[in-house]
Amino acid sequence: MTLRKAGFAAATALVLSLTATACGGDSGAGDDKINIGIKFDQPGLGLKTQDGEYTGFDVDVATYVAKELGYDEKDIVWKQAPSAERENMIANGDVKFIVATYTINDERKQRVDFAGPYFLAHQDLLVRADDDTVRTEDDLNSSEMKLCSVTGSTSAQNVNKKFAPKANLINYGGYSECLTGLENKAVDALTTDDSILAGYAAQEEHQGKFKLAGLNLSDEPYGIGLKKGDTELRKQINDALKKMVDEGAWEEAAKKHFGPADYEYEPAPEITETN
Amino acid sequence: MSNLSVLYDAPGPRAKARNIVYSVVFVVLLALVLWWVLATMADKNQLDRAKWEPFVADSRVWTTYLIPGLLNTLKAAALSIVIALPLGALFGVARLSDHQWVRGPAGAVVEFFRAIPVLLMMFFANAAYAQFTDLPSEVRPLYAVVTGLVLYNASVIAEIVRAGILSLPSGQTDAAKAIGMRKGQTMVYVLLPQAVTAMLPALVSQLVVIVKDTALGGALLNYPELLSQVRLITANYGANTIAAFTVIALLFVLLNYLLTSLASWVEGRIRRGKRSAGAVLHADTNTEMEFDEPHVEAPARKG
Amino acid sequence: MFDFLDSGQYDVLGAFWVTVQLTVYSAIGSLVWGTILAAMRVSPVPLMRAFGTAYVNVVRNTPLTVIILAASLGLFQTLGITLAGGGDFEVIGFRLAVLGLVAYHATFVCEALRSGINTVPVGQAEAARAMGLSFLQVLSLVVLPQAFRSVVAPLANVLIALTKNTTVAAAIGVAEAAALMKTMIEYESDAIFLVSAMFAFGFVVLTLPTGMLLGWVSKRVAVKR
Repeated sequence: MTLRKAGFAAATALVLSLTATACGGDSGAGDDKINIGIKFDQPGLGLKTQDGEYTGFDVDVATYVAKELGYDEKDIVWKQAPSAERENMIANGDVKFIVATYTINDERKQRVDFAGPYFLAHQDLLVRADDDTVRTEDDLNSSEMKLCSVTGSTSAQNVNKKFAPKANLINYGGYSECLTGLENKAVDALTTDDSILAGYAAQEEHQGKFKLAGLNLSDEPYGIGLKKGDTELRKQINDALKKMVDEGAWEEAAKKHFGPADYEYEPAPEITETN
Repeated sequence: MSNLSVLYDAPGPRAKARNIVYSVVFVVLLALVLWWVLATMADKNQLDRAKWEPFVADSRVWTTYLIPGLLNTLKAAALSIVIALPLGALFGVARLSDHQWVRGPAGAVVEFFRAIPVLLMMFFANAAYAQFTDLPSEVRPLYAVVTGLVLYNASVIAEIVRAGILSLPSGQTDAAKAIGMRKGQTMVYVLLPQAVTAMLPALVSQLVVIVKDTALGGALLNYPELLSQVRLITANYGANTIAAFTVIALLFVLLNYLLTSLASWVEGRIRRGKRSAGAVLHADTNTEMEFDEPHVEAPARKG
Repeated sequence: MFDFLDSGQYDVLGAFWVTVQLTVYSAIGSLVWGTILAAMRVSPVPLMRAFGTAYVNVVRNTPLTVIILAASLGLFQTLGITLAGGGDFEVIGFRLAVLGLVAYHATFVCEALRSGINTVPVGQAEAARAMGLSFLQVLSLVVLPQAFRSVVAPLANVLIALTKNTTVAAAIGVAEAAALMKTMIEYESDAIFLVSAMFAFGFVVLTLPTGMLLGWVSKRVAVKR
């Protein structure tokens, strides 16, 4: 009997502690903290490192904007913003804004507002460094072409619907799976935004292995997503972005994160999302 | 036929020699496959030091990714079993009710949730929570995974409980009736306590199923459990996907092997400890395959 | 609300057809490989017994998601195994998913068969040996036929579990029912109840008759002792 009671007590304690930890995370930030959504698994843009630090171009932009809004670097609480969750996170108020390779488009503008753009990316291909078979967009549309992308991404849809419906496309849950296939010659190219590809190519472990094909397959203006209707915040963020470019901090960040990949990024774009 | 050596004669000198030949051929075949796999991997630079070294040389891989991931796996599994257990017991007992209006609906619910893939329930829960609740997006995957696992496993546990109660000798009920116990009392004081002990091994095995299913939440719902750490590790250590997968698969095998061993140990304890009429539900009848028939220990058939 | 059903945008029946195909091919494969594993586990060669035991213990304790991802990333992307030639990624993905499902469910077939072998009276094997039958003959002519008849119900459960587990193939992009459901939930978010109910119904239709039919078969073929 005592054993059963003890077991019951232990089980109850377990449930309580688990629910406590489950709820502990969402107590949220008070007035002196700011929640910002970024990618956690995108080298060069938003990456959680093995030390638990955050690094990347998006992170630098977000930090700068937060500073202009009056938040110190240590007051920032980084939240993981997976692609499919971004609109929800903003609508729920989980984050103040999101800087996570977030392409501005009309469909998304129905649910969230954007500030920026702060960067202009293009869909491109990452190929093995010694592979010169892809030179133009037309080379892609062939059944011999083995492409890899991420399930549900716009890049994958572009391949299917726009420029290479004939290509053999495989979709995985993440880019690293595609890199393995690329390295092992099971696929010919990984396709997504050049900024993301540059992040991978610039990684220490990959230097000299991969290169960007340099095709501008689409325009992807990255914006900072925020709650719909918050014009005040949008203005503040746009001002902060302008200042970042004028001060040269933008260029510095871009060079730091994209430079090692020989990636010729576009200069800072004009801010268009003002009303 | 518990001693399987009855299937063949005790090997004589010729049979022994033949067995050795078979063994050698078998080993050579296995070795060839292994050699080919390793050679191909080496050829494609998958055995590079840089890809595997982090897992032994860099403790941060463990502290930042693997251990938190493992804890998240365990958290989802523990929450699921703790919630599914009472729910399952309730439905299991309800299915044995004398009243058609209790038995019928309970049976329908159990059969329905056993018939649908757990992944579908997770997808649905995730979408429903996103649309109808204000759960922050960080904890929603956990809720979705646990909801899916609870719905499915409660229905499986309901069947385990039902089988456990049905496996008890009818003398138990008769005796309870004879001393004037009501139906509810018989269930609570006589049948359930015995059934629970009989079910224990099967329940622990069910944990293995739950732990394995949490991986679905990692692969398809962004729940930060063990398997999903592959993505973060490979983003930091240069696409060492194969290495990361191997390490994580081994961790899963180890964890589940421990749980399976625990189940057999519990089964052994109960079997030795109890001389009473109780039955033991097999720990190694794989519970994932559900209980259509009460898995009562088969009457021993000694040769 | 129902307009997406008519638009022809989503091929629900096609997706379920892929699920059915995955199930059928994997079921046949699991039965064959599971029987071989069971034979290994009761064979006179200690090494094969050890291999069978190790295989079952390792594979059964690995999540199916990991196995199927490993088939795609390890076998295909790394080792270059496409199973019967190259071709479209979709076709290769399907074959790899079947391979993963077979590797996993064969362990459950094997364990069911082993418990079936246990129900065959010892006298049967002894009589067969007395007639001079070899191990393989004892197994294939006398023991397994009886064992199979006693494990129809557990095997039916494996088959039902297999039907449901084909959804895991969504993890490597096979266009089966669960993958379509995920897409539809994303794009038709105002109709998640309808979409979910539709897919749930599809699986109920696939699994319930299987269970009932094989339950009836198991009673028909059971060896009366």
